[in-house]
Amino acid sequence: MCAPIEAASAAGLAEPVRPALSAPPSRAADTAGIRLTDISLTYRQGSSPVQVLQGINLALEPDEFACVLGPSGCGKSSLMNIMAGYLKPTGGSVRINGSLHTKPNPQVGVVFQHANLFPWLSIAGNVAFGLRMAGVPRKERKRRAAEYLALVGLEHAAELLPHQLSGGMKQRAALARTLAAEPSIVLMDEPFSALDALTRESMQLHLRSIWQRTRKCIFFITHDVDEALLLGRRILVMQPGPGRIVQNFANPLFREQSGASFDELRAGKEFAALRRQLIALIAGDNTAK
Amino acid sequence: MAVKDDIRSAARRPAKESGVYFAVSACSVIAVLLLWWTASRNPWVNPLFLPSPADVWSAFADIAREGYKGSTMLAHIGASLRRIFTALLLVFVTAVPLGILCGRNRLIRAVFDPFIEFYRPLPPLAYYSLLVLWFGIQDTSKVILLFLSGFAPMFIAAVYSARRIPADRINGARSLGANGFRLYAFVIFPSCLPDLLTGLRTAVGVTYATLVAAEMVAAVSGIGWMVLDASKYLRSDIIYAAIIIMGIIAILIDSAIRLLIRKVSPWIES
Repeated sequence: MCAPIEAASAAGLAEPVRPALSAPPSRAADTAGIRLTDISLTYRQGSSPVQVLQGINLALEPDEFACVLGPSGCGKSSLMNIMAGYLKPTGGSVRINGSLHTKPNPQVGVVFQHANLFPWLSIAGNVAFGLRMAGVPRKERKRRAAEYLALVGLEHAAELLPHQLSGGMKQRAALARTLAAEPSIVLMDEPFSALDALTRESMQLHLRSIWQRTRKCIFFITHDVDEALLLGRRILVMQPGPGRIVQNFANPLFREQSGASFDELRAGKEFAALRRQLIALIAGDNTAK
Repeated sequence: MAVKDDIRSAARRPAKESGVYFAVSACSVIAVLLLWWTASRNPWVNPLFLPSPADVWSAFADIAREGYKGSTMLAHIGASLRRIFTALLLVFVTAVPLGILCGRNRLIRAVFDPFIEFYRPLPPLAYYSLLVLWFGIQDTSKVILLFLSGFAPMFIAAVYSARRIPADRINGARSLGANGFRLYAFVIFPSCLPDLLTGLRTAVGVTYATLVAAEMVAAVSGIGWMVLDASKYLRSDIIYAAIIIMGIIAILIDSAIRLLIRKVSPWIES
């Protein structure tokens, strides 16, 4: 259909690539998971309208781990803001498990680039915040917060205040806070980009094991191709002008029972080829436009 | 270079070095007291302008023992503090919610902004006589004068702090289920609290500055009134004693608020 898809096929992707603009495949239980239908976003800059997003169709399984790649300005953050309910799309709809999603609510959890914890609450208090808003009684709140702190390996930090934690620990606390509210989908906006390389790698391992245990749908925005290839079960590539999804494919490197370490994955031939393809795809079209 | 390093290490390890700075401050206070004592001892200055420390001390002891014009010293201090704290309480319960609302909502801000911008720079004394006309010469008009002088800085602090809450924090809270009133009570208000307390410090300063003016009209009590009354009789020893008392009380109030700030927002370096 268009050049990028041929390029990706040439890379030897395990699964046939699906054009992004075509309708998502119909499934028996069609309502489960996240479904974006014909999302578009236009805003006015002076008198001329700027089209940020156009014709975004996307269906994510309830246990999907989708990594979104794209050059800056391709609208991936706008798309996340629409999915979170922070931004109203000009057209189209977001459905979660079949019901329309227009306003931020605990169904859709968000992890930001910066941990964004409430500085006046302890780590346990932060993690329990969503439960408190949901009216869960104090005792139950405490128990569940402890559970999620254990999930991210922060049980020892429960009583500390956010400013006493390192960047990676803060981000893990933020993840626990989001998961504790038991959302159907977790949106993550370049959550590890502000961390140093070592911390980032350990966070990626954490996230993978958390996803394997919780099977939450994760929509993970990143500009780091390696990160997408290491983590994603599905990889989406967006391109600007107007922002749209040009690639949507199952990551051939993904292993269900992943015993392979990141180093092994990175050392593989397939990884290098795919990485080169994706980088060319992202960078190439950027300069062409 | 060396100076730069000093500043940096002082910023990093304040606990260890604050003792040194405290000692320097204490020395400079003692030096000024000595200068005062010497100046009044060999009369360089007319004692009417500058009474000796001993005179001021005896005036203080006298007031403390006998009271001043029918009321004890504590009663005078109490009367002033009661006016100030009533006014500050009113300021806090009105300026904070209104300021936060105005900070979050441009429309509400547009409604109130012109009035606050208009009255804010006015010297309180300019409208004091109107307040007396409206509310009488009793305590009510005094408290309202203090309230009006403290309202503006508190309001501005609230607007400013509500406006600069990061959008991500609000969005994140909404995604965790905080909405409407609970968003204000559990996220916006605690986010603003450190700034609000700093605003309160400013408000205390302004209110305190207006106190003497407030106690000028038809008062028979209050530490500000004491200064004014003593000045009528050229009792500069009492004026000095009262001013020192006012200064010490102000420092105590300010330290209390600073302590509170450190307590509620330990993540902010003060």
